[in-house]
Amino acid sequence: MLVTNIETIPGKRVTTHLGMVQGNTVRAKHVGRDIMAGLKNVFGGELVGYTELLQESREEATARMVQQANEIGANAVVNVRYSTSSVTAGAAELFAYGTAVIVE
Amino acid sequence: MYLDLYIFAALLVLGFFFGRLAEKKHFKSIIEREKKYRQLLTFSGRLLPPDLDRADAELVGGNVVISIDYFKRIAAGLRSIVGGRVTTYESLLERARREAILRMKEAAIAKGATMVVNVKLETSSITKGKGQQIGCVEVYAYGTALSPILA
Repeated sequence: MLVTNIETIPGKRVTTHLGMVQGNTVRAKHVGRDIMAGLKNVFGGELVGYTELLQESREEATARMVQQANEIGANAVVNVRYSTSSVTAGAAELFAYGTAVIVE
Repeated sequence: MYLDLYIFAALLVLGFFFGRLAEKKHFKSIIEREKKYRQLLTFSGRLLPPDLDRADAELVGGNVVISIDYFKRIAAGLRSIVGGRVTTYESLLERARREAILRMKEAAIAKGATMVVNVKLETSSITKGKGQQIGCVEVYAYGTALSPILA
C-alpha cells in the first residue's frame, strides 16, 4: 500500500479513483501520564508520554484508513490529511483521510 | 500560614530557572540538528520538482508535545491583562514546530529520502477543556518523502 499526501504517486499513473477512505481513533491519557505531565508543567519541556500517545494514535488512525482502502481493493492512498480534535477533556481524536486509488 | 504563597514562589523560581535552562538546551540542539539535516530539501509546495520522473514516495511525519513552564504561564497570564505580544508562548510554539519538522526529517532520512514535498504542519491543544491545568501544545509535521530511483 502506497501512501502519500500529494495528488499522485510519482512515476505511476492513477487508473481508478475509489473515493475517500478514512480512519479515526479517540484516545484518552491515563491518570499517571496526566500527573507526570502536571509535574513537568512546572519545569517546562517535552511531555514524552503525550508525544508517544499521539504518535501511536496517529499510526492507528492511518492503519484503519489503509485497512479500509484495502477492503475496497485500492493499492494506494493519495492526498492524505490528518486532523486532530478534542472531543472532551482528557481525550483527543485523531483522524486521517485520503483518496483511495488504483495505480498501475 | 503563608504556605500557599511559599509554594507559589517556589514554583515560580523553579519554573524560571529550569524552564530557561531547558529552553536554551533545546534551542541549541535544534540549531545543531538543523545544520546537520540541511542537505535534505523540504518543500511546502505540493508539486514535484520537474526534473524528477521516478521516485519512491512514502508518508513521513514527526510530532512533539511541549509544555510551558510555570513562570512563563504566570507571565502570559499577566500579559493578557494589558494585551500585546505573548512572547513566552511564541517561543514555545517555535520550539515545537522546529522540533516536529526535525523529527519528520529524521524519519525521512531513515528511509533514505533526499527530499520531502508537501510539508503540512498541524497544531493542536490536547488539553483543551481542562482549564489552566496543563499548558502544552502538540505539533505534527508530515509530508511525502521522495527517494529518487537511479536508472
